Amino acid sequence: METLTQAPTPSREFWLGVRGELPILFGVVPFGMIYGILALSAGLSPLDAQAMSSVVFAGSSQFMTAKLISAVTPGLIIILTGFVINLRHALYSASLAPYMRHLPLRWKAALAYLLTDEAYAVSIIHYQEPGDLTNKHWFLAGSGLTLWTSWQISTGVGIFLGAQIPAAWGLDFALPLTFIALVVPGLKDRSSTFTAIVASVAALLFFGLPFKLGLIAATFVAIAAGLWSEKK
Amino acid sequence: MSIWLVMISLGLLTFATRLSFIALMERIKLPVMFQRALRFVPIAALSAIIAPELGYLNNSLALSPFNPRLIAGIIATVVAYRTKNVIWTITAGMLVFWLLKIWL
Repeated sequence: METLTQAPTPSREFWLGVRGELPILFGVVPFGMIYGILALSAGLSPLDAQAMSSVVFAGSSQFMTAKLISAVTPGLIIILTGFVINLRHALYSASLAPYMRHLPLRWKAALAYLLTDEAYAVSIIHYQEPGDLTNKHWFLAGSGLTLWTSWQISTGVGIFLGAQIPAAWGLDFALPLTFIALVVPGLKDRSSTFTAIVASVAALLFFGLPFKLGLIAATFVAIAAGLWSEKK
Repeated sequence: MSIWLVMISLGLLTFATRLSFIALMERIKLPVMFQRALRFVPIAALSAIIAPELGYLNNSLALSPFNPRLIAGIIATVVAYRTKNVIWTITAGMLVFWLLKIWL
């Protein structure tokens, strides 16, 4: 006889997602505030700066866009650069897709809008754990909405504070630290550790590539390295 | 080009990127190799974001013990490995970073 496993309810999954995202906010909130501050100093109006956080909703490309606008870069170049920086989200999309087959398109669209580095990082861990898939998308909804809300608020606070937080505090450093906290515990075998090392070295080597292509190039090289080391 | 046109174009492109495989994968059968590669995506992408944040200062490579971001990042990596805790990792990293900035 088949064993019946009860899927956790939508609201339970949702709140698990919210709770999973909370520790990440320590790194995200300062990052959002600094974005708000930088966007104003780059010459964006408060409305533009706030709108970008919901229209684009992707931290590093927002920073880059603000920087490029202040340097009077042609619009097409800004769009292309932001697009390249955000290309890694296609990989996140591919990685989550097998878990979302059963969902209607409106759910897929809503979750895709919420698919940031930080929401992806906690959700993929949850998806990869054993358990009934039926309601797991509510986890991503919970973590994604938590991140979305704090991103909007922290942007607003940054805009409001203007230049009152000295850049010398280096609060933006909290973001790479957050990513370290997300990646390192996942390095459970040799090929994943190897992947992380290759990605780091390649990203340092490719840093000078135009249009920030180094990020996506290093990602692909590291994935190939991971596959290669797995085969050995 | 107006800022709004840039923002909306970039927003739509980013959304399309995020939706791409989620919406289309039903129709495409992906090669096994590709599926195995997906396991490495978060590690590879996030590591490639982290490394230049630690190793570069003002757009030039700074792999030296006098780079506070590099040292703080290495210590945060050790803390993350030992504790597997986000808040401890960020706290330790920021404290070391601030102390080194005062000393160096």
